[in-house]
Amino acid sequence: MEIFIVNLIGATLRVATPILLAAIGETYSERAGVLNLGIEGTMLFGAFIGFFVADQSSSLWLGFVVAILSGVIFGLLMALMTVTLGVNQHVSGLGITMLCTGLALFAFRLNYGGRSVPPSIESFKQLAPFKNIPWLNTITEQYLLTYITFLVIVPLAWWLLYRTSFGLKIRSVGENPEAADAAGVNVYAVRYAALAIGGGLMAAGGAFLALAQVGSFTHAIISGRGWVAIAIVIFGNWNPVRAMWGALIFGGTSALQLRLQTMGLQLPIPYETFLALPYIVTIIALVLAGRNASYPAALLKPYRRE
Amino acid sequence: MENSRPKLRFVKTDNPPVWVRPLLPVLALVVTFILTSGLIIWAKANPFEAYYQLLISPLMTRVNAIEVLVSATPLLLTGAAVTFAFAAGYYNIGAEGQLFAGAIAAAGLGVAMKDIPAIITIPSIIIAGFAAGMAWAWVPAILKVKLQVDEVVTTLLLNSVMGFIVSALLNGPWRDPNSGWPQSPEIGASAIFFKLIPRSRLSFGFLIGLIAIAVLWFLLTRTSFGLKMRAVGLGKPAAHFAGINVGRTTLIAALVSGGIAGVAGVALVCGIQYHLISDLSAGYGYTGIIIATLGSLNAVGVFIASLFFGLVDAGAQTVSRVLGVPVYLGEITQAAMLLVALGMFLLQRYRVRRM
Repeated sequence: MEIFIVNLIGATLRVATPILLAAIGETYSERAGVLNLGIEGTMLFGAFIGFFVADQSSSLWLGFVVAILSGVIFGLLMALMTVTLGVNQHVSGLGITMLCTGLALFAFRLNYGGRSVPPSIESFKQLAPFKNIPWLNTITEQYLLTYITFLVIVPLAWWLLYRTSFGLKIRSVGENPEAADAAGVNVYAVRYAALAIGGGLMAAGGAFLALAQVGSFTHAIISGRGWVAIAIVIFGNWNPVRAMWGALIFGGTSALQLRLQTMGLQLPIPYETFLALPYIVTIIALVLAGRNASYPAALLKPYRRE
Repeated sequence: MENSRPKLRFVKTDNPPVWVRPLLPVLALVVTFILTSGLIIWAKANPFEAYYQLLISPLMTRVNAIEVLVSATPLLLTGAAVTFAFAAGYYNIGAEGQLFAGAIAAAGLGVAMKDIPAIITIPSIIIAGFAAGMAWAWVPAILKVKLQVDEVVTTLLLNSVMGFIVSALLNGPWRDPNSGWPQSPEIGASAIFFKLIPRSRLSFGFLIGLIAIAVLWFLLTRTSFGLKMRAVGLGKPAAHFAGINVGRTTLIAALVSGGIAGVAGVALVCGIQYHLISDLSAGYGYTGIIIATLGSLNAVGVFIASLFFGLVDAGAQTVSRVLGVPVYLGEITQAAMLLVALGMFLLQRYRVRRM
């Protein structure tokens, strides 16, 4: 039983990593006032390009960096559509998801053909800082990127958002762009920056899946993780640290269902119940918050200077 | 913030020149063509040839032209469904899940009613599919109307939940023991839509799509309810002030939208697949949002956009078969066209001025 729980905690951290990266990216976008539904496609493209570059260059880190850059580009495209042109945000986002999905699958088919067994690469190695302490080792044997995500990105994202003037600008253009503009903040530039950061983090989440967790690319590698991240952003009340708890809860239920399934346990309820749970919990959380859900006030609203 | 240089600024104009409107779709297509030609060259094909295969060759033979209509069938329905909700200012992103709700109803009844004549079975299934889509749309709609819970996120999340319900059914009680794939048992012959053209895949579902578009047109432009819906879509406070029951109008628009999306699921199960499978929809619920937008939320626009997307879907198969360009060119073309057209719709309302 102890082994089971320790294993579960280790798996939870691994499963939560890509979703947490994407959720922080979405937090930044939404805090600046833009709901980025391009998240699912940006993650898929990040997974593909990360895998592709790593496979061609045999450098996992180069793949990871190129993936982040691709996410930045799609974040900027989202900014062009919604900030400069002021197009409806959900339609632009879904269009970008469709574009990214098409591009990733097109390029994958072109380079790897329609083979049924996906090509694989030698993925990132897990670190084991506590090799000789049995339980602690099971929990802490993780990818470097998981360590970076939880110990660097989460605190950094929180600090940047709440303790720097740049973070204040992001929050202000998402809450009250008119007031921010009057105070001398360049609303457009701040939204572009937030969307670029957000896109980079989303693609990093996708690349983590391809380069670490899976070690390959498949069409279904993201399979809705972007939408989970959107749920987690709301669940986390648009706060990177709270998003971490949301990602861990999702990672936990997801890892638990996988373990129960592989144990061949006959449950009275279908295992999909565990997978659907985080979505239902988020909807319930939204209902409970109701009118008081602290959406960034300017979310979905393009800003136009009168 | 002082700037001494003269600046170029976008200035809003209310009356774009008349010649701009018909030119826009053509211009959008040309820009899309230029943007995607690099990919086609990368796939070692001639862009002009590829675009000929994508947009023209499906119309040159009878068999291919019928396939265009087959591809357009679910899009007519999801496009109409999304338009209905969006016109009332209700952002239903959940057509994908509502489609599957209708598909579950069709697959279930199609098996259960296999000994009942088609004249009873088919209308029952269509009504049940509509009701199932409506029921799935009811949850976020009532949350929106009664508790002001934002519908964009709830409808989006419920798509994933529906995906798990379908997966649970196909891996559990509904799994066809005679099949290697997770799929439900085949529906009875009385539940299968009759063909509009013998020995083709074009079924009664296409006709339902056309009816949905006609009803959409009639409701939006010729009824007082349509007027109310559009008033609510334009601005809730003003509509409320004009004496319209905003909550009720939103709720009805959301439910009918879900119902039409449910019928799209019925058309796919009874017209094409004859089983419930998890790959039933190639994201048609999401494409419906794109089609509704490109069609400017009016029935004629949605009709044209659905046929055009059907053409690209069918054409992408031809490009892939004839030239070896991956079939995903279709998806890329559709997405690029959307983004380009959206940008242009807005630009037509602006002029560049020096300030």
